[in-house]
Amino acid sequence: MNMYSAEPLTDKEPGTGTHPLRLLLWLMMISSAMIFAAYTSAYIVRREEGNWLEFALPASLLTNSIVILLSSATVQWAYFAARKDNLKNVKLGLLLTIALGLVFLVGQYNVWGELVRNKIHFGGVDANPSGSFLYVLMGVHAFHLLAGLIFLLKVLRKAFNYQVHSRQMLSIGNVTIFWHFLGGLWLYLYLFLLLNH
Amino acid sequence: MAANLPTQSQVQGGIGVTEPHTEHDEHLHHDEHHEQSFLEKYVFSTDHKVIAKQFLITGIFWAILGGTLSSLFRLQLGWPESTFEWLSPFLGKWIEAGKLNPEFYLALVTMHGTIMVFFVLTAGLSGTFSNFLIPLQIGARDMASGFMNMLSYWFFFVSSVIMFISLFIETGPASAGWTIYPPLSALPQAIPGSGLGQTLWLVSMALFIASQLLGGVNYITTVINLRTRGMSMSKLPLTIWSFFLTAILGLLSFPVLLSAALLLIFDRSFGTSFFLSDIYIAGQALHNVGGSPVLFQHLFWFLGHPEVYIVIMPAMGMVSEILATNARKPIFGYRAMIGSLLGISLLSFVVWAHHMFVTGMNPFLGSVFMFLTLIIAVPSAVKTFNWLATLWRGNIRFTAAMLFSIGFVSLFISGGLTGIVLGNAALDIQMHNTYFVVAHFHLVMGSSAFFGLFAGVYHWFPKMFGRMMDEKLGYVHFWLTFLGVYLVFLPMHYVGIAGFPRRYYAWTGFDMFSQFADLNRFISIAAILAFFAQFIFLFNFFYSIFRGRRATQNPWNSTTLEWTAPIHPGHGNWPGAIPAVYRWPYDYSKPGAAEDFIPQNIPYSQTQSSNLPYEREME
Repeated sequence: MNMYSAEPLTDKEPGTGTHPLRLLLWLMMISSAMIFAAYTSAYIVRREEGNWLEFALPASLLTNSIVILLSSATVQWAYFAARKDNLKNVKLGLLLTIALGLVFLVGQYNVWGELVRNKIHFGGVDANPSGSFLYVLMGVHAFHLLAGLIFLLKVLRKAFNYQVHSRQMLSIGNVTIFWHFLGGLWLYLYLFLLLNH
Repeated sequence: MAANLPTQSQVQGGIGVTEPHTEHDEHLHHDEHHEQSFLEKYVFSTDHKVIAKQFLITGIFWAILGGTLSSLFRLQLGWPESTFEWLSPFLGKWIEAGKLNPEFYLALVTMHGTIMVFFVLTAGLSGTFSNFLIPLQIGARDMASGFMNMLSYWFFFVSSVIMFISLFIETGPASAGWTIYPPLSALPQAIPGSGLGQTLWLVSMALFIASQLLGGVNYITTVINLRTRGMSMSKLPLTIWSFFLTAILGLLSFPVLLSAALLLIFDRSFGTSFFLSDIYIAGQALHNVGGSPVLFQHLFWFLGHPEVYIVIMPAMGMVSEILATNARKPIFGYRAMIGSLLGISLLSFVVWAHHMFVTGMNPFLGSVFMFLTLIIAVPSAVKTFNWLATLWRGNIRFTAAMLFSIGFVSLFISGGLTGIVLGNAALDIQMHNTYFVVAHFHLVMGSSAFFGLFAGVYHWFPKMFGRMMDEKLGYVHFWLTFLGVYLVFLPMHYVGIAGFPRRYYAWTGFDMFSQFADLNRFISIAAILAFFAQFIFLFNFFYSIFRGRRATQNPWNSTTLEWTAPIHPGHGNWPGAIPAVYRWPYDYSKPGAAEDFIPQNIPYSQTQSSNLPYEREME
């Protein structure tokens, strides 16, 4: 904890003390995590009560998981590039991450289409909570991912304005943490669904 | 305080060192150079002090409305046989042939609970005082993110507007209770209020949760990151500790309510079956199969229980501060006070199912929750003991704030004792859904938190507006409110033990309850009188803003940092450097000291006559 806040805070870099914006990010990630903790525990409680439609998870969820893992690697690559002041690679890494994020979202959307074709509906007469929960988990995660994409775009714009480099690591550090969080969250959800669907 | 001048040059670690230019400071200096427009200064302000006042004024508006609603349903409960034709200019079609519409009665109860719990005692209390006091008491220029702080208020404002509009729609506002249990809240066929009114309720609460989260992350970050030099966590005033832990509770529990609300929205509008199952209503079987209404209760009370501590903990912190200041004594057991706040915070997350003893849960599980619930009596008793020990042989000054703080302790004890009764599953099953429960939580959470709110307003009014509130009107307000609260809620315990059920529109159909007609009428009269007593406060508040006696810089001779700021602090709080902190916040009546208080920013080198042996090393 930082005892002497009279020091200039904007100059602080990740690891040398927590910048307020970094802390705000962590706190918001904790509250997001609570949403998914609530959903997954509700999922387990509901499943225990029976009348639970068992169905095979669409195989393309695995592809999507690999895509989002790759995007975590590219954002980390952009972060390392920023530390070495390699601005070209920063932009490239961020652009790749955004592209992979979009691929992931489209992939998730296609999974929904596949689910509908397999008669697993979100709501309506033949819907079962087991399917509805899948839609909710994927949808709320996708909503968070949209926020992450907007954040990436903001940092990309900063990178084009020469505001991301080894002495201004805060924004790219934050977006890297947040993107890893989104990837980790999806991985958790995917493993959770594999084990509990 | 002239005494803090010499310390200011030490703040930045040496004379001649320029003030550090954080992004924030630059912003502040920028502000000094141009006149802020009215909009920037009073409406879309990022100054935590202005935002605090916005929360306070909005909270007052909601409190008046919440009180009005309770007066309306107390009229019905006190005089169930009477006609209320005279209310029809006010309530319109909700008065049918002179009688209050029974479904509107449920709407009144629902909106009273929602408004009081969320809009007044969460946003109005925590939003006001966390915003106002955190930067001023820890020595920060503003919140970590002034912009997010402003957004927090405006989310609350929009949420308020939506909730307010829902009062006037044709099908009436939400009517399923403030706990909005499905299936009642999910099916418009069940009650008209579950139509558009419930939709607006859910939208409003989603915005409210966003507001709470934006505010909460700011409070936590500010306390962790922006404390002034020397202000270690063990030198924080108890107010800050309580706001800090309150914000953490909100951060962890409000997202869960959001999850539950989202699932309920899907059930209501998208045909899912998370909470609905096997329902036959209005001559028609619904398609929903396999949902679990008890699941909703689990999700709701996972927020709902921490929520009652979100309501009460800020009041506890402010009362601790005001009791110590006005008893002219250090708070008794400072570390025990922090420890008990931590204990209450932790326990608040593992007791939620004590609201659900009658949902058919496994009795073993019930016993676990009962055990954990009863443990909360321990930190609560520690706090109560410490408050009483702080008063013991103190040099007490009975200011209006002090009276309300002592009143808080009284109400907290009275309401807490019945908590031990209700925490026992065996007794709760008997008492469930009676007026005993209503009496319990209105004393321990509702009235206590209100008393904390009043104490806070009377105490920090001089810092907020640079003027004093009238003490005599404060006394009148206190005694009428204090007596009123007890006259309302003590009889309710009796009625409740006798089995009188809550949420009933009229009890005249049941012979066994007709003997309580006089007691119910008594409660209603007391409640309405106590409500009218609040207008004394309102007059005092608004009159004093403009015409009150001008305040001095430190009117209560208090030790905390906010009183070292100018009487009218600008955006940035201290015109020069921020004072550094050398000592804990409760150096009252220290033996050997020149005065009976030593502010936190006075170094030990200036108080040699009163330093204790271990403090000499820090001179």
